[in-house]
Amino acid sequence: MIDSKIPEGPISQKWTNYKAHQKLVNPANKRKLDIIVVGTGLAGASAAASLGEMGFHVLNFCIQDSPRRAHSIAAQGGINAAKNYQNDGDSIYRLFYDTVKGGDYRAREANVYRLAEVSANIIDQCVAQGVPFAREYGGLLANRSFGGVQVSRTFYAKGQTGQQLLLGAYSALMCQVNAGTVKLYCRYEMQDVVIIDGRARGIIARNLVNGKLERFAAHAVVLATGGYGNTYFLSTNAMGCNCSAAIAAYRKGAYFANPAYVQIHPTCIPVHGDKQSKLTLMSESLRNDGRIWVPKKLEDAKKLQNGEIKGSDIPEEDRDYYLERRYPAFGNLVPRDVASRAAKERCDAGFGVNNTGLAVFLDFSEAINRLGIDQVLQRYGNLFDMYEEITDVNPGELAKEVDGVKYYNPMMIYPAIHYTMGGLWVDYELSTNIPGLFAIGECNFSDHGANRLGASALMQGLADGYFVLPYTIQNYLSDQITVPRFSTDLPEFEQTEKAVNDRIAHLMGIKGKKSVDSIHKELGHVMWEYVGMARTKESLETALKRLKEIRKEFETNLFIPELNGVNIELDKALRLNDFITMGQLIAIDALHREESCGGHFREEHQTEEGEAARDDKNCFYVSCWEFQGDDKDPVKYTEPLKYEAIEVKTRNYKS
Amino acid sequence: MAKNISFTIKYWKQNGPKDAGHFESREMHNIPDDTSFLEMLDILNEELIEEGKEPFVFDHDCREGICGMCSLYINGTPHGKTETGATTCQLYMRRFNDGDVITVEPWRSAAFPVIKDCMVDRSAFDKIQAAGGYVTVRTGAPQDANAILIPKQDADEAMDCATCIGCGACVAACKNGSAMLFVSSKVSQFALLPQGRPEAAKRAKAMVAKMDELGFGNCTNTRACEAVCPKNESIANIARLNREFIKAKLAD
Repeated sequence: MIDSKIPEGPISQKWTNYKAHQKLVNPANKRKLDIIVVGTGLAGASAAASLGEMGFHVLNFCIQDSPRRAHSIAAQGGINAAKNYQNDGDSIYRLFYDTVKGGDYRAREANVYRLAEVSANIIDQCVAQGVPFAREYGGLLANRSFGGVQVSRTFYAKGQTGQQLLLGAYSALMCQVNAGTVKLYCRYEMQDVVIIDGRARGIIARNLVNGKLERFAAHAVVLATGGYGNTYFLSTNAMGCNCSAAIAAYRKGAYFANPAYVQIHPTCIPVHGDKQSKLTLMSESLRNDGRIWVPKKLEDAKKLQNGEIKGSDIPEEDRDYYLERRYPAFGNLVPRDVASRAAKERCDAGFGVNNTGLAVFLDFSEAINRLGIDQVLQRYGNLFDMYEEITDVNPGELAKEVDGVKYYNPMMIYPAIHYTMGGLWVDYELSTNIPGLFAIGECNFSDHGANRLGASALMQGLADGYFVLPYTIQNYLSDQITVPRFSTDLPEFEQTEKAVNDRIAHLMGIKGKKSVDSIHKELGHVMWEYVGMARTKESLETALKRLKEIRKEFETNLFIPELNGVNIELDKALRLNDFITMGQLIAIDALHREESCGGHFREEHQTEEGEAARDDKNCFYVSCWEFQGDDKDPVKYTEPLKYEAIEVKTRNYKS
Repeated sequence: MAKNISFTIKYWKQNGPKDAGHFESREMHNIPDDTSFLEMLDILNEELIEEGKEPFVFDHDCREGICGMCSLYINGTPHGKTETGATTCQLYMRRFNDGDVITVEPWRSAAFPVIKDCMVDRSAFDKIQAAGGYVTVRTGAPQDANAILIPKQDADEAMDCATCIGCGACVAACKNGSAMLFVSSKVSQFALLPQGRPEAAKRAKAMVAKMDELGFGNCTNTRACEAVCPKNESIANIARLNREFIKAKLAD
């Protein structure tokens, strides 16, 4: 039933074969075809720019005031590519292998191989656009290393790689806007997808300035709307990030794949209070030179928690560099899921280092002693500034010197929700199961399995947008060339718009007592407590029960002020409506996946050493959930995974 | 350890570009000083909503100082005063004292009309970018990235120029409402890189012409923009833009 449309042939030939045999659309016909792209992050902007440049007529939507503000901009560390510029044994195969292994053998092989294959083109493309990647003195591109790998294949632009790549894609997009091939709609939010005769033919979008709904028709719709991390309220996502477009597609019959796979990033600034609105990420690149530790002695941890001593007061011999201890081969550079769980394990055992007991140290003393403060600041200066602005502590400041050993103020970090590997189910062509509806970037599920490696999100977003979708969408559009442009007066548009209007009227009419944010915080609390880093059958069942109560509270006690034009509370309420649905989906999938893998950790399924225990016999599949109505449980289908190139084995980062 | 502070906040309310607008004032009590400025405004909005009142509207998104969405004019300074230079979202309440009066206004510039309260329309920046802020290169198969050697110093300098987040603080700070720091940073990034040279003259002319057309003022070297830029863009970029512009005009 689930057809992933993986091309025939050996893994290294699949994409070449696909491109050689796919259908194309000739230049005269491209002008007659309209494509809606929702989102202007790395995937959306690069797709809109590339499609526009090819001659299609593109309508591109974003919720921010400018396409340049999409949350891809916040990615700090870098972008992976199998260039082997460092002569350290890298290759397409190795990037492919690392990504599949990092994803705990739950990704689709063929998609990942293609990703690794086009990764090198991305760097060429971005350099040609004028993206100022870091360079060596000889003028060649510089690289650094990231978690879960043993090569240096990460390209970077200070600690602002996402920003520079997005500005590259944004400039390509604005070039097309100038050329008239792309029309931009900023401060517009997609509310629903319009289906005509089983195909996606347009969207209903809400103008966030005047509050009015508008209809847009096209021959195909591409969703590039990011992930669902904000279901947890506190995350590293931007405030506006939401899953409403994906959930709208899900409600219309698109499968939602692997929702349980949520990435918890190990290096974020710890939570400080209940008024907090978001969590700030400290780039994974810090783990290149920073060492993670907690005290060896419980009494030292107690003193830290009571504020009686500081991290720099604890001598070297009393520090437990627990990642180096547990995972000698990868040390501080183990994948994110492994590092996050190890931090939780130490804090649960009472070794947390701040007043809440939920933090570990990230220490640069060794690096500063080895490299000198100047070089460390050159690498991480802007991150140190950012940390100081938020916490009032400067990690580059000398705290004390004992017997010639210099101790610097360590950072305090703790895991936080960061990225979602799950997303809309797509086939090899990045098409959902609704013909004409495509999903790219974080919005789809396909490439990262159960855990994403650092610096791979940027790679996937740009691979999908520049190099994959512009090809595969033509295979779909080739038989659409005789289909004339659609009128938005068709009954399907009218009905869809009415349904959105009814939902808005319903929410406005509740007139209860609770603000959107207060209900969202409750949702986030339940998700973090019961569907977070360590899940059990019991916790997930509790979550599902609590989510029903939250749904009821939302439906009966929500308050939105009556306003014409801009109504930020209504914007948020419409998103929260979908976050609650998303929360249920995550919990149900987590309950059904009776194994631990990557970001999904079920306490019932672990090894004696506390590592994730997969069940390849029973759980070697992609779960695909189909919507059945708001008051019914979704139905699960499975896409069995077939590995032809890689031998499936237990992940090992110890030796 | 965090301490709590109490203060008065005066915030700007304006219902659309044609409304005259006015300040509203409110006492805020016991706000922990490790709260961010925007989280403090979240608290304000929660209080307003609880009383059934209209919330205060302002732009914000990433809340980690990089998206350029937040744009508040705080006590007479775009983004408020911090030591390292930061966006509004990176400003923390520990920068304020018990009993302060904190005034919050929108970016005020003819080219940035108010949409609502402190939310302004900065689409003029997108239009300037569309006029020429790019290297014209097709998606496809450009040469190998390492085929273009770029000295580290040039790459670093281009990176510094590219750091601009397009927030518009420079325009808000300038008595002339000039966008020269924004435009010159983009022109400089490409002018410093070999990839950007072929179109350098055309780019400088097109972006400056668009800036003038959209109603931004002239630069009179007061350096107010540089002082408030959260990403520390330098007015040396403006000098570079002027050189590029004059070179382009002379070649005409």
